[in-house]
Amino acid sequence: MDLLKRAVLILLIFFAAMPLSAQESEEGNGFQPGPFIMNHIGDAYEWHITTINDTHISVPLPCILYSEKSGFHFFSSSNFHHGHAEYEGFRISESEQYKGKIVEMINGEEVRPWDFSITKNVFAMLFSMVLLCIIFIGMARNYRKNVGKAPHGFYNLVEPLVLFIRDDIAIASIGKKHADRYMPFLMTVFFFIFINNLLGLIPIFPGGANLTGNIAITCVLACFVFLITTFSGKREYWQDIFWPKTVPLWLKVPPIIPAVELAGMFIKPVVLMVRLFANITAGHIIALSFYSLIFLFGSYAVGAGALVFTIFMSCLELLVAFIQAYVFTLLSAIYFGMAVAEEHEPEKVPAA
Amino acid sequence: MNLVTPDFGLLFWMVLSFAILLFILKKFAWKPVLKMIKEREESIAKQLDSAKAAKEQMEQLTAENEKIMRQARAEREEMLRDAKATKDKIVAEAQDAAKIEADKIIAAARLEIQAEKDAAMAELSEKVGQLSVEIAEKILRRELSNETKQGDFMKKLVADISLN
Repeated sequence: MDLLKRAVLILLIFFAAMPLSAQESEEGNGFQPGPFIMNHIGDAYEWHITTINDTHISVPLPCILYSEKSGFHFFSSSNFHHGHAEYEGFRISESEQYKGKIVEMINGEEVRPWDFSITKNVFAMLFSMVLLCIIFIGMARNYRKNVGKAPHGFYNLVEPLVLFIRDDIAIASIGKKHADRYMPFLMTVFFFIFINNLLGLIPIFPGGANLTGNIAITCVLACFVFLITTFSGKREYWQDIFWPKTVPLWLKVPPIIPAVELAGMFIKPVVLMVRLFANITAGHIIALSFYSLIFLFGSYAVGAGALVFTIFMSCLELLVAFIQAYVFTLLSAIYFGMAVAEEHEPEKVPAA
Repeated sequence: MNLVTPDFGLLFWMVLSFAILLFILKKFAWKPVLKMIKEREESIAKQLDSAKAAKEQMEQLTAENEKIMRQARAEREEMLRDAKATKDKIVAEAQDAAKIEADKIIAAARLEIQAEKDAAMAELSEKVGQLSVEIAEKILRRELSNETKQGDFMKKLVADISLN
């Protein structure tokens, strides 16, 4: 009890001191919440941890660039000195078009090179993947060691999730016959999204990257779903798109319904992509907006209020982290289920 | 806008690493884990089935036992009833036989008694006859010692004969 009290006291002092130091450092040009938020939810070439008295503390990350003019370049992002310096002809752009990206100056014009840099998001992604491998290969080893016994410890927490994905997502949406084929993908997607959503809620390194709120990441996930759905489409799936049995002829001959269905093929993954991106980004923006309030007002009362709201939002975001991973996986499974459905049950048209 | 423009580098790394992640997890994690879970579920299901079968067998055995018990009880009752009937029959038969025997013995005894009685009567009457003759002899000897009396007697005898 005594220890708990002391911990709370230290935390309070820490939080009370934070806005003051932040305010001091931003005093020069005033705190601007817009760029602050955009900076946090966007990508970066270094992993910024904190700034104390104009000293930036950040983890430098490798830049890998290919320029059509000067070939391959490989160097540390610390060479840019937090965006203030130029290095090997590259610099971090401040223009409207390429803001925050590495550009090469060619004939006085900014040209974007092929940028394979291990950015904050790439690093966060690789980190989460290593974490996933450690967790689940460890799980497999643990299971191999205790054959026929219930898992214990951490894996006892993971197994219900695995069973949930298998029974309530895969088997329920795809059917028992084909579910096993899609399980590896569904589980990978679910745990990848879930763990990155959770890591995104941790405010300090190596968490805090807005990875699942990045359109490139959700785009790749949605593309995988699209490719798997399209390549596992059976005869009935294509028939439902191009010549659905239950649709009257006059809707099929000028291909109205087929056109809608064909568009639907692409809209479905696009919706998956946008939903995850928008939900996670919105969560980050709201949490950061509450933090910004503290610095905008610079008062302890607002700070305390914002803290309460931020804690509330964080709890909500924990829920969202799970829900979005679940929704993405469930909808993927439903699309796969539509692709492999064998007998098409005619929809019941209510008599009216 | 920057936020909704996918970054080429991130796309590249994501496609590459996600494909590798998918492969690694599929091979080294999901397959063994799912297989192990399935095996565990199957073994549990099998054990439940066998427990159910054992229970059914037990029930069957109990039912069979009860049936056998009931049969045995019925059999015992029947045997008791049979034994009682046999006993009754034997007793009745014995009584009948004893009665016949007794009757026979009584009859034989009666016959013997009759025979003895007849014999005794015959002997008695012989004895009586002898005694009567002896007595009559003695009387006659005394009576005929006197002349007059001899005459009287003669007369009397004659009278008796004439009457006959």
